[in-house]
Amino acid sequence: MHEFSLMTSVLDAVEESAREHKARKVVEIKLVIGEMSEVFEDAMSFAFETLTPNTMCEGARLTIIKVSPKSRCLACGHEFEHTRLKFACPECDSLATELLAGKELHIESMEIE
Amino acid sequence: MEVKLKKPILDFNARVAKENRELMQQHGIFVLDLLASPGAGKTSLILATIEALASTYRIAVIEGDIASDVDAVKIKQTGTAAVQINTGGACHLEATMIARALTTLELDKLDLIIIENVGNLVCPTEFDLGEDVKAMILSVPEGHDKPLKYPGVFQSAKAIVLGKIDTKPSFDFDEHAFKQSLGQLNPHALLFPLSAKTGEGVQEWTHWLSNQIEEKKSCS
Repeated sequence: MHEFSLMTSVLDAVEESAREHKARKVVEIKLVIGEMSEVFEDAMSFAFETLTPNTMCEGARLTIIKVSPKSRCLACGHEFEHTRLKFACPECDSLATELLAGKELHIESMEIE
Repeated sequence: MEVKLKKPILDFNARVAKENRELMQQHGIFVLDLLASPGAGKTSLILATIEALASTYRIAVIEGDIASDVDAVKIKQTGTAAVQINTGGACHLEATMIARALTTLELDKLDLIIIENVGNLVCPTEFDLGEDVKAMILSVPEGHDKPLKYPGVFQSAKAIVLGKIDTKPSFDFDEHAFKQSLGQLNPHALLFPLSAKTGEGVQEWTHWLSNQIEEKKSCS
């Protein structure tokens, strides 16, 4: 349940920025989470519901944008999407690949009033 | 009004981890973050490592557990410095916990710090502590299918110890299947099959670790 720790970081950053913008409340928080990160969406939502009452983020909408894993083959240069478990290049079978996307853990934006 | 933040969620942890890494660089200390399930043999491997390397290198251990100091007591009995971190329920260590632990160690007198992370194959993988290398143990009794069930940790580890190999006769551990799935997930991982109990394979592990320590010392 490290999602509580992650959500605490999200809310600290969001509230700090919201105060700087003299916001009254936060309406929506958008997160970008790669499918290869060890983060469980339902646990993030649960942490959000638990941590936000009586804060600027109470009642806000949590939107999680998921990113599929994508890699580039270092042997032939082919770029391809793949699952969490399969990395081999579909063109040349090489396992020497570089991950381009899928490990994201970002706060994208927030909507404030 | 929409405000773009474009900020890593673990921004704060990453900053503290960077400070830890810089501090370790100044002192030329190699830092190993050791991950595994509860009962996989983290403390046994650390004790075997201390036995092999303590005459050559100055070692300290940071013990992460939800509660108790049983592991730190075991380490201290060998004459090695140990700091116990009790996370009080948290399933992983964070960079700030390590930063605090480092203030209690005599950094001028150390070559190697081993961090024994909380027993867990999921949560610790996302948290940079400022280590040089994340290593993990999979023990034979846990089964060969674990890379497929917990891919993240097998991908984040540079060195993977296959522990308790002395128990192979009692379990249906398919080493070929294990190596095949590991090859898919992390083709560059270094694999160390060993038994901390019998000592088999421990020398290969400590030899690799010694090289890492020497390299770090020469770069600081």
